Amino acid sequence: MTNRKGTLGRLLRTLFHFYPVLMPLTIVCILFSSVVSALPSTFMERIIRLIEQSYPSGDWGAVSSQILTLVAIMGTLYLISLISVFIWTRLMAIITQGLLKKLRCQMFDGMQDLPIRYFDTHNHGDIMSYYTNDIDTLRQLVSNSMPQLLSSGVLVLSVLFIMLSYSVWLTLVVVLGVCCMLMVTRKVGGGSAKYFRRQQQSLGKTEGFVEELMNGQKVVKVFCHEEATKHDFDRLNEALFSDSRTANTYANTLMPILNNMGNVLYAVVAMVGGLLLLSGVPNLSLSGSVLSISIVVPFLNMTKQFCGNIGQVSQQVNSVVMGMAGAQRIFELMDQEPESDEGTITLVNVQEQQDGSLVECGHRTNVWAWRRPNPDGTVDYIRLAGDVRFEHVDFGYNPDKVVLHDVSLYAEPGQKVAFVGATGAGKTTVTNLINRFYDIQKGRILYDGLDVTQIKKADLRRSLGVVLQDTNLFTGTVMENIRYGNLDACDEECIAAAELAGAHDFITRLPDGYNTMLTSNGANLSQGQRQLLAIARAAVADPPVMIMDEATSSIDTRTEAIVQQGMDALMCNRTVFVIAHRLSTVKNSDSIMVLEHGRIIERGSHDKLIADKGKYYQLYTGAFELE
Amino acid sequence: MVKTLAKSIREYKRASVLTPVFVSLEVVMECVIPFIIARLVGQIQAGCELSVIVRYGGLLILMAGLALIFGWAAGTTCASASTGLAKNLRKDMFYAIQDYSFSNIDKFSTSSLVTRLTTDVTNVQMAYMMIIRGAIRCPLMLVFAFAMSFYMAGTMSFIFLFTIPVLGIGLALIVSRVMPLFRKVFKKYDRINESIQENVQAMRVVKSYVREDYEKQKFEAAAADVCADFTRAEKILALNSPLMQFCIYAASTLIMGVGSYVIITTRGTAIQVGQLSALLTYSMQILMSLMMLSMVFVMITLSFESAHRIVEVLNEKSSITSPEQGAVTEVKDGSIDFDGVNFRYSEHADRMALANVDLHIRSGETIGILGGTGSSKSSLIQLIPRLYDVTEGAVRVGGVDVRDYDLETLRNQVAVVLQKNVLFSGTIKENLRWGNPNATDEELVEACKLAQADDFIRLFPDQYDTYIEQGGTNVSGGQKQRLCIARALLKKPKILILDDSTSAVDTKTDALIRKSFREFLPETTKIIVAQRVSSVEDADRILIMEGGQIVAVGNHQQLLEHCEIYQEVYHSQNKGGEQDD
Repeated sequence: MTNRKGTLGRLLRTLFHFYPVLMPLTIVCILFSSVVSALPSTFMERIIRLIEQSYPSGDWGAVSSQILTLVAIMGTLYLISLISVFIWTRLMAIITQGLLKKLRCQMFDGMQDLPIRYFDTHNHGDIMSYYTNDIDTLRQLVSNSMPQLLSSGVLVLSVLFIMLSYSVWLTLVVVLGVCCMLMVTRKVGGGSAKYFRRQQQSLGKTEGFVEELMNGQKVVKVFCHEEATKHDFDRLNEALFSDSRTANTYANTLMPILNNMGNVLYAVVAMVGGLLLLSGVPNLSLSGSVLSISIVVPFLNMTKQFCGNIGQVSQQVNSVVMGMAGAQRIFELMDQEPESDEGTITLVNVQEQQDGSLVECGHRTNVWAWRRPNPDGTVDYIRLAGDVRFEHVDFGYNPDKVVLHDVSLYAEPGQKVAFVGATGAGKTTVTNLINRFYDIQKGRILYDGLDVTQIKKADLRRSLGVVLQDTNLFTGTVMENIRYGNLDACDEECIAAAELAGAHDFITRLPDGYNTMLTSNGANLSQGQRQLLAIARAAVADPPVMIMDEATSSIDTRTEAIVQQGMDALMCNRTVFVIAHRLSTVKNSDSIMVLEHGRIIERGSHDKLIADKGKYYQLYTGAFELE
Repeated sequence: MVKTLAKSIREYKRASVLTPVFVSLEVVMECVIPFIIARLVGQIQAGCELSVIVRYGGLLILMAGLALIFGWAAGTTCASASTGLAKNLRKDMFYAIQDYSFSNIDKFSTSSLVTRLTTDVTNVQMAYMMIIRGAIRCPLMLVFAFAMSFYMAGTMSFIFLFTIPVLGIGLALIVSRVMPLFRKVFKKYDRINESIQENVQAMRVVKSYVREDYEKQKFEAAAADVCADFTRAEKILALNSPLMQFCIYAASTLIMGVGSYVIITTRGTAIQVGQLSALLTYSMQILMSLMMLSMVFVMITLSFESAHRIVEVLNEKSSITSPEQGAVTEVKDGSIDFDGVNFRYSEHADRMALANVDLHIRSGETIGILGGTGSSKSSLIQLIPRLYDVTEGAVRVGGVDVRDYDLETLRNQVAVVLQKNVLFSGTIKENLRWGNPNATDEELVEACKLAQADDFIRLFPDQYDTYIEQGGTNVSGGQKQRLCIARALLKKPKILILDDSTSAVDTKTDALIRKSFREFLPETTKIIVAQRVSSVEDADRILIMEGGQIVAVGNHQQLLEHCEIYQEVYHSQNKGGEQDD
């Protein structure tokens, strides 16, 4: 509960922070318009009193000026209220959308700075739902429910006040009736909420089933399993139907019940009013006025207004609860701890002077150096060579479950180092540590002799090119996707990179060549073609060190042989880490590490490992499967 | 479109018809109530007996009770009708999809089918609810309320003739201007969400290339664009409430002004104070129903796209069905003949996936197929169980054109282990029984032994009752492939096709599987599509495919001597050639 209060407070603070002028203005307009809409009853009462006085005589002239004045005042108030409604609804449109935009951007910005761990440990569907479901419920809350609640609340209070000023007795009747209505709302509304939750669950189950089956539809066909599948689906579909029917029945009947309870209340108030009028029970009221027909009639209208607004409020309850939950989740995402970076060493382009010293320069020279600021204010330049060393590294994704045990390895500049091992042996983990997607628990990782934790993460990563097994392409043209590796690259450089990666051939055969639009992660390309693009993307970045994690797994061996030349060119003069399932890919590495259960169990060149006749030999001769 | 959707109402026709009936009755009650109230007020004003008040009050409560019952009944039938329609739509779509052929399936992506079966159906359900309830209620309310006020107050009711058109035209203007805007902005909104998803999935790439700031800028621009469009649309939509209020205020001011004049000048004979407030109620009802009507209209328009997408699924006719008469229900043997086969995936494809294929396979033969990505290996074998139909020529199984077979007969005799293997959530036993629902436990074990799956299944704590997670995530790729092979073996087919189905299995186990096929399934025709030379090496004949054609046929030795492609592949996989298991 306190949590929810905190959320509301924070949401309001955020709103006022974003719109320090518009928000108060909006609130004033809402308050004004809703107070005004409570007033007509008082004018009505006066007009009716005047009518009562003079209708037996039929003399319009005697009261016309008074009545017309009242009508005119009423009209003026209406006009002002109309203007304020006009203003606040427009302002609300601006505020809501502006708030959503700002929140979206804050969420997105915050998300970019979150560590990879966050994305590895959170379901992507859940992350998406912050941007879709939660933003939608928040929109509902801010644009609809909050103004509605405010205006209905004020209206209910004003009407209550006016009612009390007319007659306490009648007001009591109304309040009692409204209490009954609220009880019914709780009951029916509660039932509705319960079944809507169940409906959501059934829907989720059905969706899961449908998704699984649609994915395997071809298997269903091959096994002539259509009838059995239909039968299973029917069962889930019936359950979903039953839940959603009940949920909707509750929801559909709430309004008629409330409306007609309002009508009953109306009748009761009329009867009690009539009773009071006839029986001459002394009226009790704030204004001290005597109960008369001129009070009963507007009172009846107020009863209607009162009930109507109670109905409005009760309809908002659900969306307020949901909106609050949405806001809470959004704030949770924004409160996630961003990736920390305590590094001070940066990556710069340098030029080598004749005396061998390095001088920093602004343009791209393809000679890189680490710029290390010293405590005394001086700066060292250390040439980037690509020497990577692991010294007794221990690591676990969870501190209590160690994945890598005492791993030591070195890659000298220009060497190709390969990792081989079963799924879960820790191959990918090694690469996750070099670029500091995760931090090690024990030991050291040195890059050109510098501890990687002292290097700024952005600069560290800029020096490493990574090609991953699951290729991710972005919506945009082929050219834009290659350029992602280096935003400053011109078209020619991108094409050269594609040629190097062996992707140029198939790209030119695409309908629009390099300008072909890719959508949904390059769904119109084969897995192998996507991998070639990813390699081209890495090639255009031209990083000193490359990590290839199953980068050619979906390219058939013959094509791989064809692109091998390009790959060799790409790897030449670079330190390269290769992870591959296919041993033909790693065979020509300078050094091969065989990982098992997070330990390096064998290391050496292909020939050495074959000669040793150990695990690698067994793998190579096909005695074990690698998965 | 409406016709196709209406077919799915079926058993909910009664509820669908009853809803408007109940709604009408409810509306009548709601319109009568203010009338009675006016009378009641009149009586009170005239200083009547208490019994009269009680009588009128009782009548009023009775009316309200009736209105409640009708309203409740309408709500119930409406819920049945709309959720029933939704249920039938889901069912009809799902059934239709089950009857789809492969080429039908290719047209829709999995996620789009899931959306159609869930979100789109929900949208149509909502729209249907609005239609059978609101679309009747609103016009009816409009007419009744107007009629009642005319009956009660005569000419004064013409005040409504001023407010109704103002609101009606105003709403129409707003809706017509706002709808295209919203449709546009919703598309943009979808796109921005897609790009977020893309970003989340590609986070490793984003971070590897240090593109966080670039992504932020890109997102900021897209978000600002969506925000601007949304604000523009919402601003127009925001005119709704002042417009509505204007009409209500104008009506009540006029009613009060004109009403008091009429009452006084006619000395209360034309109308009375009680009717004044009834008129106010009617004016509210009329304007509210106009507002509702515009909402109904918006809902229907918004659900239009969903309805369209559903109809697309329902109207998609399966391109492959069993012959209606004289379907052959027995497959004689496992021989396969391709006679002058040309094949393309769709009429619009400019390239033949298979061209001029002539191929004759004897029953019991083992055939290996090798070829690079895109060489149409899978296309070739998918024609045998008639997963696709040839464009030209004919494919014969057991001497009979596959198009003359009963589909179930053919597919039960031609077992394919697809390249894209899928296991379903359920136990291993349940998954295996897809091959043969009546298989005994012994038969399951036997099939698994042949597929070299028995050993690892025995190592699971629950053995054959081990639960396979959705997508088979709790078994390794090699294990999954072996289970899929076992599942196909349970059909006891005359022809067994493995489409790259042992790629994740180690070469040794792969060899064992082939050995057991040789020993225990000598009668069965075996077709093995593979990337690995070792998988097809010992086949009777090996086909080399390239660009949709069979470019070479022969056994291992022959091909190694004469076929350049085969040599290339062989050497790329056995670099150095020093090892051979």
